[in-house]
Amino acid sequence: MEDNLLFDAIERYRNGQMDEKEKLFFEELKKNNPEIDQVVAEHSFFLAELERMSEQKELRHNLKVVENKLINEGVISGSEGKTKARVIYLWNRYRRTISVAAAIACVVSLSTATFISKYSENKKEAVITPLVDHKLNQFEYKLNEIEHKLNDAATTVPVRPKFKADFRATGFLVDGKGYLITNAHVVENAKNLIVENKKGDQFYAEQVYSNSVTDLAILKITDTSFNKVTGLPYTFTKTGAELAEPIFTLGYPREEVVYGEGYLSAQSGYYGDTTSYQISISANPGNSGGPVIDKNGEVIGIISSKETNADGVVFAIKSKNIYDALKEVKKDKDITIKMPTVNTLKGLDRVRQIKKLEDFVYKVKGN
Amino acid sequence: MKTIEQETVLLKGLADNDTEAIETIYRDNFTVIKAFIIKNNGYSDDALDVFQEAMIVLFEKAKSGSFTLSCQLQTYLYSICRRLWLKKLQKQNRFNPSIETIEEIVPVDEEIEYHEKKNNDFLFMESALQKIGEPCKSLLEAFYLEKKSMPEIANSFGYTNADNAKTQKYKCLVRLKKIFFAQYKNKD
Repeated sequence: MEDNLLFDAIERYRNGQMDEKEKLFFEELKKNNPEIDQVVAEHSFFLAELERMSEQKELRHNLKVVENKLINEGVISGSEGKTKARVIYLWNRYRRTISVAAAIACVVSLSTATFISKYSENKKEAVITPLVDHKLNQFEYKLNEIEHKLNDAATTVPVRPKFKADFRATGFLVDGKGYLITNAHVVENAKNLIVENKKGDQFYAEQVYSNSVTDLAILKITDTSFNKVTGLPYTFTKTGAELAEPIFTLGYPREEVVYGEGYLSAQSGYYGDTTSYQISISANPGNSGGPVIDKNGEVIGIISSKETNADGVVFAIKSKNIYDALKEVKKDKDITIKMPTVNTLKGLDRVRQIKKLEDFVYKVKGN
Repeated sequence: MKTIEQETVLLKGLADNDTEAIETIYRDNFTVIKAFIIKNNGYSDDALDVFQEAMIVLFEKAKSGSFTLSCQLQTYLYSICRRLWLKKLQKQNRFNPSIETIEEIVPVDEEIEYHEKKNNDFLFMESALQKIGEPCKSLLEAFYLEKKSMPEIANSFGYTNADNAKTQKYKCLVRLKKIFFAQYKNKD
């Protein structure tokens, strides 16, 4: 406990809370005692660093506030135009890579990288053993049916779309008005789509955007029973993530929501695809479309596919692509989707992060 | 263009974390920086990132007290952004040797170097705080950053008395320091 008293004294000395007599005594003590002097120096440095961090955090926050304000006023523009130049630039830069990749792709063709959405229309049935899965599916469907019947009997939930879903994946809200992000391969060829939240409320949804190149799709909940939700706890990073960064995801590889964690293993995806990351996480059919989130609660990507022939090699689309998708939706359909700007996950422990998060991650089903 | 007095006031405002000063600096300078970045292989998003980092460099400078502007604020900011952007391009292997300079520049290498070092310390402290977990994090923040008194803290954290809270705080502090200095010493 001696250190405790010393720290206390150092802090009071630093803050000028000592009276003259005490101050003199303390300075004398420092002078005659190199050990104590060192502790004082170290502790003062530490406190200065701590204060500096807090000031800088505040500054960073203020910078963001000003930035957002000016972007909204149109004084400065976040991301505009330039897409053309960008494409040309990327093309020049990756021309060689692209041709090499194309050549390789021809050779390997269909062998690897199957999508993780369970039972999409053009399923190759490469990863999963179809028989088992099919059984599972029937079983789950029956369970579901029973569950729904029970629910219907117990409460008077108004609409519950009833149809036999033949695939299941994950999606998550990007705007509380009812816009969800998922993979394009999940919803392509789907005739009907429903999304279901953790509580089991189901809503009809339709595609407002789908891009098979980036493999991103945006759904809109069309059900009138859906009420606008607020307080999306995550934000979307524009800048990218670092190698080895710890990440986690929530998804629906089962009927129940499943948590998984891992790390960022490479800055590019399948055969050097720079629009995605390689991550190491346990992902199974149904995880497609789930958010990949870093420890600060920022969405860095969306789970899309995994390599069949390798273990633990999963690919996630970089979240920067979402920004582009939203711009295209704005341009083509004049729909403004507002991304959440306030992150309330930062600094929480994982259990509390998940508690906050799970209401915004939906199951996407369809046929 | 602003007079030297006006710019000094702006810097003082920035050092005090005043959003109005920050906004003025953005309004006066961002367009030039954005034009520079877009001309040199970047997009507007990059400009936002670089400008933000330059503002942090400027903030550190303004805070140090000893700093006086030896040139126009815009020239200074431009020089910093230029240096930061070059570094970024180099890092991503997108270095374009014929980088365009339309404005006069002043040497800022020292600032950038200092900033990078300090930025690391910032990350160490941030991650150390994350690692000690709750309630330690909130407890230390309440005492050292929000400057709350021990009886207040005891009350809001549910400790029986101030001495109790103080003991807890001490334990947390020792843990935080241990983690911070372990990272700090490892970096060399």
